[in-house]
Amino acid sequence: MSAVLMVGVDGSNCGGRAVEYAAEHARKSGARLCVAYVIEWSPFSFSTVQENMERHKRREEELKRAYSEIIDPIVSRLKSEGLDVVGLVRHGDVAETLQILAKENDVTNIIVGRQGTSKLKAHVFGSVGSHLVQGAECAVTVVP
Amino acid sequence: MTKLRVGLTTLVSMLASFSALAQEPGVDEKINLAVKPFADAVAGAVFFSFPVAGVQIPFVLVWLIIAATIFTFYFNFINLRAFKHGFQLVRGDYHDPKSAGEVTHFQALATALSGTVGLGNIAGVAVAVSLGGPGATFWMILAGFLGMSSKFTECTLGVKYRRELPDGTVSGGPMYYLTRGLAEKGANFARLGKVLAVLFAIFCVGGSFGGGNMFQANQSFAQLVNVTGGDAGWLADKGWLFGLIIAALVGLVIMGGIRGIARVTSKIVPFMAVIYVLAGLAIILMNFSAVPAAFLAIFNGAFSPEGISGGVIGVLFQGFKRAAFSNEAGVGSAAIAHSAVKTNRPVTEGFVALYEPFVDTIVVCTITALVIIITGTWDPSVDPSAGVQLTSNAFETTFTWFPYVLTVAVLLFAFSTMISWSYYGLKAWTFLFGENRVTDLSYKVLFLFFVVVGSSMQLGAVIDFSDAMIFAMAFPNLLGCYFLLPVVKRELNEYWADYKAGRLVKAGAL
Repeated sequence: MSAVLMVGVDGSNCGGRAVEYAAEHARKSGARLCVAYVIEWSPFSFSTVQENMERHKRREEELKRAYSEIIDPIVSRLKSEGLDVVGLVRHGDVAETLQILAKENDVTNIIVGRQGTSKLKAHVFGSVGSHLVQGAECAVTVVP
Repeated sequence: MTKLRVGLTTLVSMLASFSALAQEPGVDEKINLAVKPFADAVAGAVFFSFPVAGVQIPFVLVWLIIAATIFTFYFNFINLRAFKHGFQLVRGDYHDPKSAGEVTHFQALATALSGTVGLGNIAGVAVAVSLGGPGATFWMILAGFLGMSSKFTECTLGVKYRRELPDGTVSGGPMYYLTRGLAEKGANFARLGKVLAVLFAIFCVGGSFGGGNMFQANQSFAQLVNVTGGDAGWLADKGWLFGLIIAALVGLVIMGGIRGIARVTSKIVPFMAVIYVLAGLAIILMNFSAVPAAFLAIFNGAFSPEGISGGVIGVLFQGFKRAAFSNEAGVGSAAIAHSAVKTNRPVTEGFVALYEPFVDTIVVCTITALVIIITGTWDPSVDPSAGVQLTSNAFETTFTWFPYVLTVAVLLFAFSTMISWSYYGLKAWTFLFGENRVTDLSYKVLFLFFVVVGSSMQLGAVIDFSDAMIFAMAFPNLLGCYFLLPVVKRELNEYWADYKAGRLVKAGAL
């Protein structure tokens, strides 16, 4: 069974470096690539009635934007090099969702950047990388 | 941009000149007198009462409680049977990972709760316990328990017959299940459904201006005045100012689309509710030795009250009335809020909705009642409009700083209730008059107008009228629910069979 590498991106430079790292590995080993972007969302948040009524529409817009602005450019660039790559967008808590996606896609290695777009949150709550290292069921690589 | 500025300037000057007018002595009197005959007629019709053992019982209350009881038996005490599963659903045990990002059961419940938890839980309970004695608590809890079945029914229907518009937004509630649901039963029912839906929409608009708006503005202002020196304080006659500020904030949310305010509020409201409940529990625990006596007083008072006018029926009436006013079970507004949830099994939202009257009445109202009973601050000579003061006093005996916290809580609860009802009313308005920019804008301007009216004036008759409108919603709503009971039963039986057979997919643990 060939290896499947999953890269978590978030639009930051560090995420970009993680993609390059993963792409390099995929080139050498012929592994499949999943490029995943998680839209931060919690099932336990509070909202107004109107927000709930519009939520489905908003969700579609968020997914569309994530694909067009973040995932598709990366995926098409890597595809043009001849790599076997697929793009995924999902809502949820970043670390947890990456783990869920990893399970769904039989991922053997999750690769993320060390620093995401929110330094303060990472300091207070722990970075995505640290959460993954502590909980993921497969290997985790953190790219600086 | 200039159009917006012109519009805003006009709106502000309209509201400001109205408030200036409102300040003139005698204006409330004149308006009150002008509106009174109409308001009294309507309130009289809705609250048409008949005497039972010397107490005047409004028919609408009987209508609500009988429906709740019938539903409870028809669904074999679904309020007990589905309690555990409802909790599992809210917790997310059956959450489908592919629908991450959609409205969850928890979110639908939290949103609906923030619309119903409010002044009824805080002020109304004090009035009920004062007028009906501690025994009213027992009947209040019973009514809350039975009301869970009404919420179950209407919220299941709300999800089943909602409209999913092409642009992705969702629209649901009694107006839809009354039209679409009854239409499934044939042409005559379709006509009836249309009539009921229109009636519901009219009453809903009235309710959104009254109980969901003026009452909230009026009562939250009253509490603010309370903690800033009462009648002698600086704020005492500045109701118009308060009204303008609140109208501005509400306006920013509903017209300016500045969701930030509503978002902040919707995050703080649950926090305040938790503080309120914790403070109440703290008082109860600190007076732990008085708790058995309190429960004894409740049971005795429920069946053999001393010195309460109307005896047992009077006590029962106060308890039922408070529960009905507070959790709106049977009124249909919750069905609108719950209809946004992402699910293809409508009955699941019904299970989740069971928790609304449970939290609202059986938990929060009971805590308020216990605090009032234990601290002995209930007063049979209370003026019904001074309910918040009573609760404030009750908590103050133990936590001297609590009135300030309560004021903040009341303001936030009132604000979030107004935001919720502005949506319900808007949906009803556009159902009646069509959906376009003119109807949208006209409703919102009217809504803001009533915010200022509500806080500026002493409007006894108008407040009665507005409460009447909310209860009037229960007539078409429950009538439709009665006809649609078999539909709900079918959904319930199918789902319950799946649940018991283990065919439901549980969200995988990580």
